[in-house]
Amino acid sequence: MEIDADAPHSMGTTIIGVTYNGGVVLGADSRTSTGVYVANRASDKITQLTDNVYVCRSGSAADSQIVSDYVRYFLHQHTIQLGQPATVKVAANLVRLLAYNNKNMLQTGLIVGGWDKYEGGKIYGIPLGGTIIEQPFAIGGSGSSYLYGFFDQAWKEGMTKDEAEQLVVKAVSLAIARDGASGGVVRTVIINSEGVTRNFYPGDKLPLWYEELEPQFSLLDIPSSPGPEPMNI
Amino acid sequence: MASDMGASYGSTLRYKSVERMKPIGKHSLLGASGEISDLQEILRYLDELILYDNMWDDGNSLGPKEVHSYLTRVMYNRRNKFNPLWNSLVLGGVKNGEKYLGTVSMIGVHFEDNHVATGFGNHLARPILRDEWKEDLSYEDGVKLLEKCMRVLLYRDRSAVNKIQIAKITEEGVSISKPYSLRTFWEFTAFRNPTVGAEGSW
Repeated sequence: MEIDADAPHSMGTTIIGVTYNGGVVLGADSRTSTGVYVANRASDKITQLTDNVYVCRSGSAADSQIVSDYVRYFLHQHTIQLGQPATVKVAANLVRLLAYNNKNMLQTGLIVGGWDKYEGGKIYGIPLGGTIIEQPFAIGGSGSSYLYGFFDQAWKEGMTKDEAEQLVVKAVSLAIARDGASGGVVRTVIINSEGVTRNFYPGDKLPLWYEELEPQFSLLDIPSSPGPEPMNI
Repeated sequence: MASDMGASYGSTLRYKSVERMKPIGKHSLLGASGEISDLQEILRYLDELILYDNMWDDGNSLGPKEVHSYLTRVMYNRRNKFNPLWNSLVLGGVKNGEKYLGTVSMIGVHFEDNHVATGFGNHLARPILRDEWKEDLSYEDGVKLLEKCMRVLLYRDRSAVNKIQIAKITEEGVSISKPYSLRTFWEFTAFRNPTVGAEGSW
């Protein structure tokens, strides 16, 4: 198979943002691909905009990076002028402005999540066209197709911090199992009044799903396997 | 005015709680279908329009006819630049006792009528309304008629979502109901065994 090393970097991706009773949990996979080659198997798709607002990036790696760089720059100036931390709503609306006004050129879907003292934990989804939509939870990226049904069933209002994080890890892990463009590790970022916590769930620590087997060091370590039988022709 | 709360992404029913009807000023209600990001931009334009109108502080306020005219200009001018706002808009309102109902499409086609619709509504709802709408319909009958139309659309439009809102505009102002779902009927005997007598058919 020909590898097109000059194909644009795209983060196939699964990204998730979930509100809980007291804050938000953001989650993402870590695969960045150039065509079929995995350019980075441990990327960090959850990017900081301010101390209290982060964004999950999906779609074109370049587009999402430049948008978040601009928004971080504008928010920094806004924070100085305002004299206090920016609100999640302002951050999300800045992202929307860039996404909407450049809709013909950009190819990136973003989930903005954070905590501020006025509204508490909030999640804003900003899909391709530059629509801004406030939601109790948001999913995005190519892997999200496999999660609509899962969230319809598993999402509940008023979860605790640990329930919310477990839900996010389970969901990203399920998406990784079925989406070729998602993979690697699961990263989560929890934001609440106390601050920000980053967590890391390596690929081999994630739960196993249908048709997946326990990883072994070697065939030779499996006691009951006598080796392959000769073929009967 | 009635609208469902769905916003699709291709064939996926992506967002199922989107308010597609919004009050504009004191006298009007805007309902929209199409690209939601463009609707959000239109709401910003209208916000600015109403703000400037209020700043005159002259006791006058923009009525539905004026808002409709403004929207028509915006939509048509964007169409001429080959960069349309991808929406179909319905503008209704009451000012000084006079009722108004109009529509503008993404290419700037605009007209007023006693009943208007967007998208599939034009094909499924308007024939019902042509038959059953009459002058001096009561509010209750109006609601029942709209619910009948929305139910047909729910059965027959793939992008429909069973969560609707109905808005009422009178001289006193605009009120939008909270979201609710319609009951659907599936108990035709023919539905239970549709292929009896013609195995393999559908």
